[in-house]
Amino acid sequence: MDTKPAPAPFAPWNDPAAVPLIRFEGVTKRFGDFTALQDINLQIYPREFFALLGPSGCGKTTLMRMLAGFETPTEGTIWLDGKNIAPVPPNKRPVNMMFQSYALFPHLSVWDNIAFGLRRAGQDKETIKARVEEMLRLTRLDQFARRKPHQISGGQRQRVALARSLALGPKLLLLDEPLGALDKKLRQDTQFELMDIQEKTGTTFVIVTHDQEEAMTVASRVAVMDAGRLCQVDTPQHIYETPNSRYVADFIGEVSIIEGRVESVAEEIAISYAEGQKPIMTRCAETVSPGQSVFYAIRPEKIWVGSEPHPDRINSVQGTIVDIGYLGDVSNYHVRLDSGQMVKALMTNAERYAASRFTWNDRVWLSWSRHAGVVLTS
Amino acid sequence: MRMNPRRLFLIAVPYGWLLALFMVPFLIVLKISLSDTAIAIPPYMPTLDLSAGWAGIREFFSGLDFENFTWLTEDDLYWKSYVSSLWIAAVSTFFTLLIGYPVAYAMSRAKPEWRPTLMMLIILPFWSSALIRVYAWIGILSSEGYLNQILLWLGVVDEPLSILNTPLAVYIGIVYTYLPFMILPIYAALEKMDESLLEAAEDLGCTRIAAFWRVTFPLSRPGIVAGCFLVFIPSLGEFVIPSILGGSHTLMIGKVLWEEFFSNRDWPVASAVAVVLLLILVIPIVLFQRNEEKNA
Repeated sequence: MDTKPAPAPFAPWNDPAAVPLIRFEGVTKRFGDFTALQDINLQIYPREFFALLGPSGCGKTTLMRMLAGFETPTEGTIWLDGKNIAPVPPNKRPVNMMFQSYALFPHLSVWDNIAFGLRRAGQDKETIKARVEEMLRLTRLDQFARRKPHQISGGQRQRVALARSLALGPKLLLLDEPLGALDKKLRQDTQFELMDIQEKTGTTFVIVTHDQEEAMTVASRVAVMDAGRLCQVDTPQHIYETPNSRYVADFIGEVSIIEGRVESVAEEIAISYAEGQKPIMTRCAETVSPGQSVFYAIRPEKIWVGSEPHPDRINSVQGTIVDIGYLGDVSNYHVRLDSGQMVKALMTNAERYAASRFTWNDRVWLSWSRHAGVVLTS
Repeated sequence: MRMNPRRLFLIAVPYGWLLALFMVPFLIVLKISLSDTAIAIPPYMPTLDLSAGWAGIREFFSGLDFENFTWLTEDDLYWKSYVSSLWIAAVSTFFTLLIGYPVAYAMSRAKPEWRPTLMMLIILPFWSSALIRVYAWIGILSSEGYLNQILLWLGVVDEPLSILNTPLAVYIGIVYTYLPFMILPIYAALEKMDESLLEAAEDLGCTRIAAFWRVTFPLSRPGIVAGCFLVFIPSLGEFVIPSILGGSHTLMIGKVLWEEFFSNRDWPVASAVAVVLLLILVIPIVLFQRNEEKNA
């Protein structure tokens, strides 16, 4: 029996031969005195589902609007498919956008909304009909074709907006907070639907969101932005497990950050963080030198909470439980170390009544391995 | 379905209002239009004599006939006045729209902090009497008026244009007077439009101009329709403007109506003119509303 080679994981950003669909080269955007984007360099590859993530006002929407053609860069160049797109107006770009407000035309039916772009492109009736019907099937809107936007639900409107922006078969689809208006349950379902549609159509998606969970779920790569800069561009897993700065570590998920000083550098480095406490022993990818002040970031789920130190883990410290958040499947513990730092830990309640082992003010041991946390220098 | 007293009261208020201030006056006018002139006070007969009982009511109804309506078809003054009024009202409405739409559009695109001021400027003329404002146009449009003085001074014309006492003066007067009624509903429709709709249209391949015709214009249609009705209906029966600016040659039904009432003291014919005018207006409005309900 011959075994097929496993398909290579989708990672064109690691392939030096891959040609990016979009290239930002030193792009800066200013509105008057305000710098919305500062020297952006970024490559987005074909078929990627790329997320721009950041708090409001970080420039992510401006970045997207530049791709759509509603803003032009003050400095730098944006290349799309090898062409500088700065002089191309929005109506001539092979790019379509799904608006945050959906921007469905209220005077047109669902069918006519989807057909809008096709008609402007001057396609013949039969082609338009076939394409609209294909889009309606893709987004499961067949029964609603004749309705007006105000006659359908929020989730359906979202799908109409998606169908309309996909109808022209753009090279690049921009999604501006596409799920922001939906309630949580619907949002989760729609996330998977989006990924499904993206895969089926093979379109490159760029999504803007402030919801880190959404970005992590849908995206092949995430760009974390802050104050007009790209902080880190990487896969969700790398962003989460190896953030490059305190900002990224803190923005994505829960984290405890302990400030300390490098005591010694060997196979593990030792970080002293408080008088009279055993230093934290950790592996470190970055080059640091003894005496350097660093931040140690550790995710709650990497910390084991017990009444004794964990025998297999290199780091163990004692502390007092300040707060417990019982969520059913997991419990969150806020523990004050004897040195004063607050550390968050998360334990799965694998057995019934596991959570009731500890209560407020209990003395516990927190243990974690040498691979559990990351050392950050900024 | 039984209605509770509160709901009944709530519905009774507008219906009572319409009954007292629209239906009752209309029935009175309708009744007079079916009567005959008389040299009496009031100047028509029969009058209802309830003291005579049932016989009085019977006599009253037997005295009513459609003679006056027949008369309207016999003298061509009336239908010519109707046609001329319809034409003047339609042309004026068209020009009001032509001027009002860009103004409303500019207002809706102005910076938000400017909008209340612009709105104020539109409403400001209402603070002075319409009559005075129309009279003021005499000073502008007459052969020695400001307009002619400026045109002569600029050398555009060699001798004064005669605008006053022509239909053109009536158009100018109507457009000027009713312009706010066109601007405000269109502005209201444009102002609430989501600007991302235009970006979406551009994104889907429209030029800016195409986006206007495909999106902005259809979405402002309710405002255009409301504005056109608000201008067309009152200007159709307009009396003040044609009599002040239009001179004796401008034929409008409002003037005819006034002359029948006050010069000829022929209340029944004047009422018949008014009833026909109302029908001319009501029928298209009802048809239009049916159509709107179907489209909604």
